[in-house]
Amino acid sequence: MAKGDVQLLGAWSSPFTNRVQMALNLKSIDYEFIEVNFYSNKSESLLKANPVHKTIPVLIHDEKPICESLIIIQYIDEAWTKNGQSILPSDPYDRAIARFWAAYIDEKWFPLLKELGKESGDETKAAIMRKIFEGAGLLEEAFVKCSKGKEFFDGDNVGYVDIVLGCFLGWIKVTESMAGLKLFDETRTPGLAGWAERFVSHNAAKDIVPEPHKLIEFYMMVQAAKASTG
Amino acid sequence: MAKGNVQLLGSWVSPYSNRVQMVLNLKSVDYEFIEENFYSNKSERLLKANPVHKKIPVLIHDEKPICESLVIIQYIDDVWTENGPSILPSDPYDRAIARFWAAYIDDKWFPCIWVILLSDGADAKKTAALEEFNKGLALLEDAFIKCSKGQKFFGGDKIGYLDIALGCFLGLVRLIQKMDNISLIDESKSPNLFKWAQHFSDDDAIKVVIPETEKLLEFAKVFVAQVKASGINK
Repeated sequence: MAKGDVQLLGAWSSPFTNRVQMALNLKSIDYEFIEVNFYSNKSESLLKANPVHKTIPVLIHDEKPICESLIIIQYIDEAWTKNGQSILPSDPYDRAIARFWAAYIDEKWFPLLKELGKESGDETKAAIMRKIFEGAGLLEEAFVKCSKGKEFFDGDNVGYVDIVLGCFLGWIKVTESMAGLKLFDETRTPGLAGWAERFVSHNAAKDIVPEPHKLIEFYMMVQAAKASTG
Repeated sequence: MAKGNVQLLGSWVSPYSNRVQMVLNLKSVDYEFIEENFYSNKSERLLKANPVHKKIPVLIHDEKPICESLVIIQYIDDVWTENGPSILPSDPYDRAIARFWAAYIDDKWFPCIWVILLSDGADAKKTAALEEFNKGLALLEDAFIKCSKGQKFFGGDKIGYLDIALGCFLGLVRLIQKMDNISLIDESKSPNLFKWAQHFSDDDAIKVVIPETEKLLEFAKVFVAQVKASGINK
């Protein structure tokens, strides 16, 4: 169901783009996906749509750009109120908790995975892994509290925190294969282990979360490109 | 007007705490303010209310804690719907723009203020931070023109989300202006923000919250020395 003209400037490899695609799918919104090269030679259309940060994703709705993935998701939820259920919880306190964990994931937890990818020293890597596991522990607790025994953070349905965390599952699998460890495993984080499997098979997510081998190829290509340009 | 029991763990000095106080005032919500020592010897109460980040502000509503200032503000707006106008704009696009600039202020702009405050005059970091600050200010001046649509505030004729997200830093801005003898929000370079700052600070709900420059100066002398001595950075 379209409500005006919708375009998404993004990239298949970007989890931040992926989460917006999931939100658009949850709301059954028709949109044009415009693949953008975000790591080198940023296109004119991207620089025009997001002059402040020059990053993807950017949602363009009736020619008005909206930037920053979490802001875009809330915009989609607020602009398309009749398309299926809310992405954010309806109760104000649950909403506050969902926003809190989304901010934690983006500002504290995911950056650790990125940092791990950049470090080479064994001791530094071990220290980062410890923090990643601590964070996973917090997210497991959050899952137990938010889901209240149901399948997703949002309960019976996929919601805000599900897509904010779930969009990283491709990169999480990459990290797992490179580190030789499971981040969401059945012993330490049983809730999240079950949630992760259910999430990737959910309609909203299944064709969106990239295959880990494709992400690894992409990662190698970007590293090679960086190395050659210095 | 109370709707349940409301406490705010915060500090008179913290702009993030001030934001929440401003919103509670705008919404005429009765609350108990609990001054917390946020920079050393954090209280058991704070650690229990915010175990993840161990930071102020924390709003405790009917014993349920809500953390992160921008999350708290939206929570207050969502709960106290009958207490005066919305803090966030009603139009979804305007809301997205307000959220965008609030995130920009917190992620990109405020870190510059912190560096300016803590660095010495001769430090290259300070010069770089000032440059970033000024670039950001130019963007915010532009944003003000677009959002205000000719009215006094980012929120239009009433103080709103973005006014508070930015305005809570006016105390620190004035402190730096006094300490370094410079003009940060300059009438000739940012005429709209200059005027906005005056309108904002004059509002009854706001003026009782923004810390007085003299008091901040006394606090800053002790705090900056402590930070430099211990090497903590924020």
